[in-house]
Amino acid sequence: MKYIEEFRDGDVARSLAAEMAREARTDRRYRLMEFCGGHTHSLWRYGIVQMLPPEVEMIHGPGCPVCVLPIGRLEQAIALAHVSGVMLCTFGDLVRVPARDRRSLLKAKAAGADIRIVYGSADALRLAKDNPGREVVFFAIGFETTTPATAVVVKQAAEQGLRNFSVFSNHVLTPSAIDAILGSPEAREGRIQVDGFVGPGHVSTIIGTAPYERFAREHRKPVVVSGFEPLDLMQSILMLVRQLNEGRHEVENEYTRAVVREGNARAMALVDEVLELRPSFEWRGLGTLPDSALRLREKYAAWDAERKWDIPYTPVADHKACACGEILRGLKKPTDCKIFGTACTPESPVGSCMVSPEGSCAAYYAYGRLAKKRPTNDL
Amino acid sequence: MCLALPAQVVSLHADGTATVSLGGLRKVISLALVDGVGEGDYVVVHTGFALSRLDPVEAEKTLALLRDAGSSRGADR
Repeated sequence: MKYIEEFRDGDVARSLAAEMAREARTDRRYRLMEFCGGHTHSLWRYGIVQMLPPEVEMIHGPGCPVCVLPIGRLEQAIALAHVSGVMLCTFGDLVRVPARDRRSLLKAKAAGADIRIVYGSADALRLAKDNPGREVVFFAIGFETTTPATAVVVKQAAEQGLRNFSVFSNHVLTPSAIDAILGSPEAREGRIQVDGFVGPGHVSTIIGTAPYERFAREHRKPVVVSGFEPLDLMQSILMLVRQLNEGRHEVENEYTRAVVREGNARAMALVDEVLELRPSFEWRGLGTLPDSALRLREKYAAWDAERKWDIPYTPVADHKACACGEILRGLKKPTDCKIFGTACTPESPVGSCMVSPEGSCAAYYAYGRLAKKRPTNDL
Repeated sequence: MCLALPAQVVSLHADGTATVSLGGLRKVISLALVDGVGEGDYVVVHTGFALSRLDPVEAEKTLALLRDAGSSRGADR
C-alpha cells in the first residue's frame, strides 16, 4: 500500500540504526518517552527496540485512551447500559476492560444489556436514526485525534433534531498528560527522567506541533512528532539523539506528510463549538487533573448522556496487584509487574494496559515477552 | 485508538462523504474535517473520518531523507 510499504524498508532501517549507533555518545543516556501507545506497538512490532544502541532507552507514555480511562468512568458506562431502553455504542477494546469486581461491558452484554461495538461515532448516529424507539448512547473516548469525530456527530444530531442520541464524553487532552508526567512527584524526585519526547503523530494532525513548543521551552526537552511506520520512528529517534547531542530542545516534525504546525483549524473549531473543558477529570495512573478533559457545552446539553441521566461518579481503586498506574507514568515497565503474563494476559486481563491494542503490556506480551533483555549501559 | 491509515479517495459523494480505497479495500468515510479534498488525493483516515490530507511532496522529501541516510553513509556498514 502506498505511503506504508516505502516506510517499512528493512535495509533503510538497518542503515538508520547504524547511523544512530555512530552518533549516540557512549558517555550518556538518551531516555526518550514515546507518548502514544500506537508508537509503543510499532516499536515492538517491528523490532525497533532491539535495533537501538544500548544508550537509547524508550519509556512508554500514557497515550492510550483505553488505558487511562479510570474504572469509575467504566462503572458509569455499565450503569448507563443498564438504563431501560438504552443502547450503548462503543469501541471494541473498551468492552473487555475489567471494572469493579472484574465486571466489564462485555459481561454486561452477556447478561442482556444492549451494547454495540462500532467502528466510529458515525455508526452510533446511524443506529440512533435506525432505532427511533431506543436511546442510543455513544461511549466516546480518545485523545484529540478522535474528539472531532464526536463533535461532528453531536452537531449533526442537533441539526437533525435527533433526540434519542447522546454522548458520554471521556475525551482527554495530550498536553495535560505531558504536564502530569513532567510535573509528577516522581519526576521532581528524579525517579523518572525523560530527556526527550517522540510526539504523537495523529493527535498532531489535529492540534499541530505548536502546543509542544511550551514543553520544549519550559522543560528544555526536545520533541519530535513522528509517523507510525518503522522508518518514521527510527528517523524520529535519530533526530532526538542529534538534538540532545547538540544541546538543542526544539519541536521538530518528522511526520510532515500529514502534520503541519498549525494543525487542522476546521477540526479544532468544530471541537471548540461543541465541547468545553471539564474543571477536573480522573485519569488512571495520573490522578485527578484540572482542565484535562472535555464535556459537551450547555448548548448541546440535550445530547449529553451525563445530563440526560444522573449517573454519579465514584472513584474506584485499581486492582492491588496491577501496575498499570506506574506503567502509564513511565515508572515501571510491563515486565516489572508481578502479574504480567501470569495472572494478567490479553485473554484474561486484570488491567487496561493488557487489554488495549495500544497498551504497553499488550505490546510486551505480543512481541516482547520472550525477547532477551537488552544490555544497558549503567551510567 | 489513534490508529489511522493513508487511503486514496476514489469518488466524492454529495453528502460530504467519499469512497476511499485502502489497498483495494473500499470504504465510505466522512470528509467533514478536511477542506478541498479531490479524487485521487490521499487522506489519513481514523474511525471513519479523514483527519488530514497526505502531502505527496512532503512524503517524497521524507523518503529521500531516509534513503540518503541509507545510501551515502550507511552503505559501507
